[in-house]
Amino acid sequence: MSPKKPIAATLLFGIASLVLYTLLLMNSDLFVDWAERTIKGEKALFLVPVVVAFVFSYFHGAFTGYFWETLGLRAAKTSTTKK
Amino acid sequence: MESSLFIDINLYNAIALFVVGFIGGMVSGFIGSGGAFVLTPAMMTLGVPGIVAVASNICHKFPKSLVGAMKRHKYGQVDVKLGIIMGIFAEAGVLVGKHAMTEVKHIYGDIGTSLYVSVVFVIVLAVVGSFVLRDALKMLKAEKDGNGEVAPHIVPKLAKWVQSVHIPGTMMYFSSLKARVSVLFIVPLGIATGMLAATIAVGGFIGVPAMIYVLGAPALMATATELVIAFVMGTGGTILYAMDGVVDIRLAMIILAGSLFGIQIGAIGTTYVKDSIVKFVMGIIMVIVLFSRFFYVPGYLSKLGLIDTMQESTIDLLKLLGDGTLVLALAVGGITIIVALIKGMAAHKLAQKA
Repeated sequence: MSPKKPIAATLLFGIASLVLYTLLLMNSDLFVDWAERTIKGEKALFLVPVVVAFVFSYFHGAFTGYFWETLGLRAAKTSTTKK
Repeated sequence: MESSLFIDINLYNAIALFVVGFIGGMVSGFIGSGGAFVLTPAMMTLGVPGIVAVASNICHKFPKSLVGAMKRHKYGQVDVKLGIIMGIFAEAGVLVGKHAMTEVKHIYGDIGTSLYVSVVFVIVLAVVGSFVLRDALKMLKAEKDGNGEVAPHIVPKLAKWVQSVHIPGTMMYFSSLKARVSVLFIVPLGIATGMLAATIAVGGFIGVPAMIYVLGAPALMATATELVIAFVMGTGGTILYAMDGVVDIRLAMIILAGSLFGIQIGAIGTTYVKDSIVKFVMGIIMVIVLFSRFFYVPGYLSKLGLIDTMQESTIDLLKLLGDGTLVLALAVGGITIIVALIKGMAAHKLAQKA
């Protein structure tokens, strides 16, 4: 019997990922402005790209994992490393 | 003036970066690194200034490596302790490597720097790449002769010696090695990994072979652990570049969009293959990347006046061929991984049915 597909999780994280990307690209000028302000001396703004990268990796990382799983791409049950 | 650092992103740029990110991610998920050597020139071709391309590349690398490392940790392939220690020293290596690049640039200018990068490329990839590829081919032949029987992991002679050296106060147990090793051996390997990362953007071309041949880790564990090193190195690098305000987070996240799809495939792929395939993919990519350099070097030598002056158009054509070879390396790696994954999944299904 084939294992259950995580369709709900794929949709949930997929929507979250889509929202994040839409927000990022729609506010493109804002992010460019923050980078330019960092160059001009507002060093604390360096946190923006770091935090954004972590947030995206969480949501988009979960989405891509569930996405392939839903399509049937799963890891082998016994990893070759454990042989 | 500063706004010129950040390009306008159109659909064509976004799709191009997504696709390169996807294939690069797949290779990274499988061999622990890779893709970066194509992404930086790819961004520069789209008009991104060099420093922003490097910074944005690093900024996509650390979240990608994090996702890949967590995925492969689930499969029991990651040695977190080894990864963090190597990663910390690799961070130091990045600073040393960057300093060396600055010195070379100061003395010989941009062309001198490019030539220096090429020399490092050729030496490392020719020596290490051909060694890895030869070892992979030997293993594949042995497996073929033994009707597909997987040979047990053999610790190389050098690694056996390294594991036998006992330096009081510096010994540490590593799960990937199933042995205690002195940290004093790990320090130079970490630094070399970081130096290479600062020079040619792919530290894993030293880090992974070092863990396999010098420390004695199986290839599957070494490539998974490299993802931890890349995460530690990438986070530090991103913070440094972000403080200079040169990270283009939009570019980094578009590449990440593709690379996270890819890294999942690469990571899953490792559960269906043997050590020999991982080494083969790494070796073949390294050797093809090595050939890309032969197209760039004549241009640098001509500009430095070390050979007869070449026409600008000829130099541009050679550079295009070099960039094309890099893309070829990534494509060959990607195709090999997909083929290995399909074959592995089919064999796995058959074995489960039997």
